[in-house]
Amino acid sequence: MDAEIALHINGEEHRLTVDVRTTLLDLLREHVGLTGAKKGCDHGQCGACTILLDGRRANACLALAVAHDGARLTTVEGLAGDALHPLQAAFIERDAFQCGYCTPGQLCSAVGMLAEAEAEGTALDAHEIRERMSGNLCRCGAYPNIVAAIADIAT
Amino acid sequence: MKAFAYERAGDAAAAVEAAAVDGATYLAGGTNLVDLMKLGVVEPQRLVDVSRLPHDGIEDTAGGGLRIGAAVRNADLAVHEAVIERYPVLSQALLAGASGQLRNLATVGGNLLQRTRCSYFQDVSKPCNKRRPGSGCPAREGDHRNLAILGHSEHCVATHPSDMAVALAAIGASVHVLGANGERTIPLPGLHRLPGDKPQHDTVLNRGDLITAVELGAPAPRSVYRKVRDRASFSFAVFSVAAIADVDDDGTIREARIALGGVAHVPWRAERAEAALRGAPATAASFAVAAAAELDPAQPLRDNAFKVPLARSVLVRTLAELCA
Repeated sequence: MDAEIALHINGEEHRLTVDVRTTLLDLLREHVGLTGAKKGCDHGQCGACTILLDGRRANACLALAVAHDGARLTTVEGLAGDALHPLQAAFIERDAFQCGYCTPGQLCSAVGMLAEAEAEGTALDAHEIRERMSGNLCRCGAYPNIVAAIADIAT
Repeated sequence: MKAFAYERAGDAAAAVEAAAVDGATYLAGGTNLVDLMKLGVVEPQRLVDVSRLPHDGIEDTAGGGLRIGAAVRNADLAVHEAVIERYPVLSQALLAGASGQLRNLATVGGNLLQRTRCSYFQDVSKPCNKRRPGSGCPAREGDHRNLAILGHSEHCVATHPSDMAVALAAIGASVHVLGANGERTIPLPGLHRLPGDKPQHDTVLNRGDLITAVELGAPAPRSVYRKVRDRASFSFAVFSVAAIADVDDDGTIREARIALGGVAHVPWRAERAEAALRGAPATAASFAVAAAAELDPAQPLRDNAFKVPLARSVLVRTLAELCA
């Protein structure tokens, strides 16, 4: 079964006809050509596919596109304006990656996480950052520098 | 993933009607269902999307309780002011579950109805009485380190994976359900069932039954959720406890309500421990008696016997901190 849907992706409207089995992750990568969001586990366990869905971080691999008709999506490609997003700059400054495969998900997740913490009025120390970022795995083990980069922006 | 038809329900009654047919399943946050569809564990022919039904409110009820819409996201419920103040055990349980991005998608109704993470249930190349009734349960002799120690049967030793449901079982929440025959209310625990000889049925719900809300009664300001897992975060419970206490000024326990996670096919209400604590002094000795009362009857399997002393220790320590 196909469905016609509209999505606002990184500020651009897209009208698409998709098989209802299509996840947002596959839609982004295979239909829209945005390969920033990565397919790691494809089961919601690694966080490499994390995007901002209506402003909130979400696993794109577990979201059926048809169920999110009309949504606003921001992927890692949409984080930067004329300049890098401050968090992207902090990741570079802190060398917060090795292979980089998890980085798009780490960035989108951290942007969403920072907004959540701000809305709650919660101060973020390293422990709290680790807890709140536990949905994003890094097989290279770059966690110390990822936490440091996020902490730079959180303060 | 097998092909399916998709429709978005306009209202609850239409959803119930659409889901009444064979092979239909509700879709809410999808964090468990979509995963199981990818794995081929479930193969619905029709998805009825209920994620946009207007069941997304959190309202005060008479008597200081809360009515929580079934479509409320786990993340929103966890940080809701009234939940943090009146039911800290619920907020803590929600935040102990899954990851930030999963909690943004997952709903209250879906959380209650998520399926076990038993590795045999999730692997279609293996027998599983829950997935394919009558095919057998390899977990009894196989990988069961994380499975049940209480209330299991020869047919199934799976555990219920939800943290939230454990807190709700301790609180004594009630689940509002709309079905083909109208509305009804199911008290928690009571929604989930022990496996017996029909482990394919996780709950007492009938085909097409739609959870519309969860209602919380008297506030439980003195309450706590403690979870033990194999890594520091984002992992299912090896063992967990939700505890609520009402202690007199003189240190006598008027009432304690306790539910355990990671030990059974249901969020396990620890009634034997509760009975042992009623009217007892809030002392380490009382807590030890209560923990023994609940866990002495446990029937661990070959590789999960460690859960019995673990559960006993964590329960004693949690009660001591709660009643201090």
